[in-house]
Amino acid sequence: MKMDGLERTGVTVREAGPDDVVGGVRPGVVALPESVEEISAVLRACAGAGLAVVPVGGGTKLHWGHPPERCDVLLDLCCLNEVVEHAAGDLVVKTQAGVMMDALADALAEQGQELALDVPFAEGATVGGTLAAATAGPRAFRYGTARDLLIGITVVLPDGTVAKSGGRVVKNVAGYDLGKLFTGSYGTLGVIAEATFRLHPLPADRRYVVTELAQRHVQEVTAMLAAAQAEPSAVELDWPGGDAPITLAVLVEGSAAGQRAEALREAIGAGAVTEEAPAWWGLISDDELLIELRFPPARTGDVLAEVRDTGLSLRGSPVAGRAWLQPTAEPPADFAGLVSGLRERLTPVGGRVTVLAAPYESVDRWGPVSALPLMRRVKERFDPDRRMSPGRFIGGI
Amino acid sequence: MGREKGGAMVDKPLDELTAALRALLPADSVITDPVRLRTYECDGLTYHRATPGVVVLPETAEQISGVVRACNDFGVPFVARGSGTGLSGGALPRQDGVLIVTSKMRRVLEIDLPNRRAVVEPGVTNLAITEAVRDQGYYYAPDPSSQQVCSIGGNVAENSGGAHCLKYGFTVNHIEACEIVTPDGDLVTLDRMDPGYDLLGAFIGSEGTLGIATKITVRLSRAPEAVTTVLAAFESIEQGGQAVSAIVGAGIVPAAIEMMDALAIEAAEAAVACSYPEGAGAVLIVELDGPEREVVRQFARLQEICSGAFELRTADDPAERAAIWKGRKSAFAAVGRISPAYIVQDGVVPRTSLPKVLAAIDRLSEEYGIRVANVFHAGDGNLHPLVLFDDTEPGAGERAETVSGAILDLCIEHGGSITGEHGVGVDKAKYMPRMFSAADLDTMQLVRCAFDPKGLSNPGKVFPTPRLCGEVPGVRKGVHPLVASGQAEQF
Repeated sequence: MKMDGLERTGVTVREAGPDDVVGGVRPGVVALPESVEEISAVLRACAGAGLAVVPVGGGTKLHWGHPPERCDVLLDLCCLNEVVEHAAGDLVVKTQAGVMMDALADALAEQGQELALDVPFAEGATVGGTLAAATAGPRAFRYGTARDLLIGITVVLPDGTVAKSGGRVVKNVAGYDLGKLFTGSYGTLGVIAEATFRLHPLPADRRYVVTELAQRHVQEVTAMLAAAQAEPSAVELDWPGGDAPITLAVLVEGSAAGQRAEALREAIGAGAVTEEAPAWWGLISDDELLIELRFPPARTGDVLAEVRDTGLSLRGSPVAGRAWLQPTAEPPADFAGLVSGLRERLTPVGGRVTVLAAPYESVDRWGPVSALPLMRRVKERFDPDRRMSPGRFIGGI
Repeated sequence: MGREKGGAMVDKPLDELTAALRALLPADSVITDPVRLRTYECDGLTYHRATPGVVVLPETAEQISGVVRACNDFGVPFVARGSGTGLSGGALPRQDGVLIVTSKMRRVLEIDLPNRRAVVEPGVTNLAITEAVRDQGYYYAPDPSSQQVCSIGGNVAENSGGAHCLKYGFTVNHIEACEIVTPDGDLVTLDRMDPGYDLLGAFIGSEGTLGIATKITVRLSRAPEAVTTVLAAFESIEQGGQAVSAIVGAGIVPAAIEMMDALAIEAAEAAVACSYPEGAGAVLIVELDGPEREVVRQFARLQEICSGAFELRTADDPAERAAIWKGRKSAFAAVGRISPAYIVQDGVVPRTSLPKVLAAIDRLSEEYGIRVANVFHAGDGNLHPLVLFDDTEPGAGERAETVSGAILDLCIEHGGSITGEHGVGVDKAKYMPRMFSAADLDTMQLVRCAFDPKGLSNPGKVFPTPRLCGEVPGVRKGVHPLVASGQAEQF
């Protein structure tokens, strides 16, 4: 491989090891840039040598998506781990992409603030990886997802161009919003180098209402919660599937959280109010095989009925219309058939079935999307040589 | 593209296109009468004017698709227009192009309360959505001041905000899906639920340069249990500013925090007799909403914070609330009472920079002898300075223009933005290079090239320098004449 150019950048480069594998593909080398300029230098060198690049943060989701067609250089952003500026008075933080989400949360909490973006892993997820995969957690119901909280971004394009959009003010409509485009782009358009987020004050108090529900009551109860003027921040289900009971947990945040949680408990007619989240709250426990469902909230009942006998467990939000499915025991024998079956039955009610992670080549991970031709055109403009995470994302982008 | 035409010269592609449009649309939906064309020559920013080559009033997405395809066939640019209330010239027509007006597409197609969404056509007004669901306890959150007339299609194009976006966000945070006609004329659905790139997020706020929204799925919000609106009168703008910082510092996120200075209050008084406290150097309007128990606690805290105010009024019902908002909502139009002409500016600074920036605006005002009334969304640092001048006084317009531009420079200097909600349009395209590098703007235009390689969809807006995309990425076909003459750059 033509790695000479890469070495001339002066950026630290090491041989790739077995832990650096991306979806089964072992990269040639791992580059460890320490600044935005160094990312740019690495990408310029890769462009000159025609090398394919996969950016990585904490590596928690490297096996998600399709394996890359090729991967010469793994661009590890771990050294870009500084919180650049926390402007507490402006409720804004600018951070480098390699900062760990939990470290960021700790830094913000010192000033009584938070980024209201739940991460589905207890540890290891970075700002950049969280944006690139656009994972969403329980409180997306109240605060929106990553793209709703991101107000500025610095990216490095495959040719080394450093570009930014947005800024460090929340209200800003100058120019196109590249942040939205890069959020959820799985490293296929370029490298996310820095991000600026709007923050929220940490809630004065938190309470959870937790109860078990029969499947037939879920739709009605969650619809009530979605419309409740007690304004829960999140409503989550956890269900092993089959005949097992469904656990419902509701989060209430604010200085009157206790009273509001009690009012919601009464409205549900059952349950307990606790200060601690259930152990499973917002977490992906095993993602060797992981499906994400999106659905209109009023179709939660249909979703439960379809999932019930698949051997998959369900965890997620009936009010935001988003849930993860995971196998409860052995992976299903005909996984591709299971996915296409779910898709066939949920599409007519407005659902989407996306395979986030699966060790199979033959499965259609994304299903049909109206805007795919436009997405391809975007990819062609940003990465005409197809060197950024080639083949990783929707439609083989 | 149609040739630039001067005077009575015939624009052949446009004439041929007009004939094609007549075949696509009912006779009364194609306007060529010069007098009628003139009614579309500007949007809310009236000092940019151009008479459109032809105006069409389609009734369906398919018709818009047909019109756009025809524009492609003849290489003629097109501009979409909703209600024409925009304040950046985003819907400024092209003399050599087609203006596609969505005012006949005003149907609310579906209201789906269980899923908290409504599907509407682009010409539906912002307020009409809320009115359709208010009785059921829901509303559409983004509330630009023009909400009685502005169209949801225009809101999508501009990513409109409003007074309440401090807590609830902008149009982009409340749109679930858009059916769009791409600049090629294809009908495509961009849906938040779909996997893949967030093209919906990129499309919203692209000011009509990436296509035309023909069907919009909006998210509806549940009405809050309690709303309390507080008006606090301070002796000085500094005191008002300190109160704003203290509110944020206390961990309160009000639905809105608005501020007006003495001159803006004077204007509002003259126009609508809003009876704000006399002698106020600044008036702060704070709206708290949410669960009643939270609002009650926040209100108690707010009273402590505003203890320096010389008068505090509270509204708990819609009538009282309207009385408090009356002066604020009339502010833009009201300055007409105290000045023959004015420029409405729209800039953003980090909220903590407000005191410095306001002081600097004061200095500018004195230096140029131009009065500036300040009305702003104080919570998010979005300034709307109203730069007042007498258009009969020689040179006054130029000085006002200078002050207005200098205010934007102040915003950039303090890490803010040249527009918080009015958009770039034609008006601010020239300021974009002050906020963004050439590489930033080039990169944004990669998106434009992906959607609109021919540059037909609302050309001349947002970006100061047109860029040529080339039919196939990476393939160069010699130097384009515009590049050679320095009028354009190529990737």
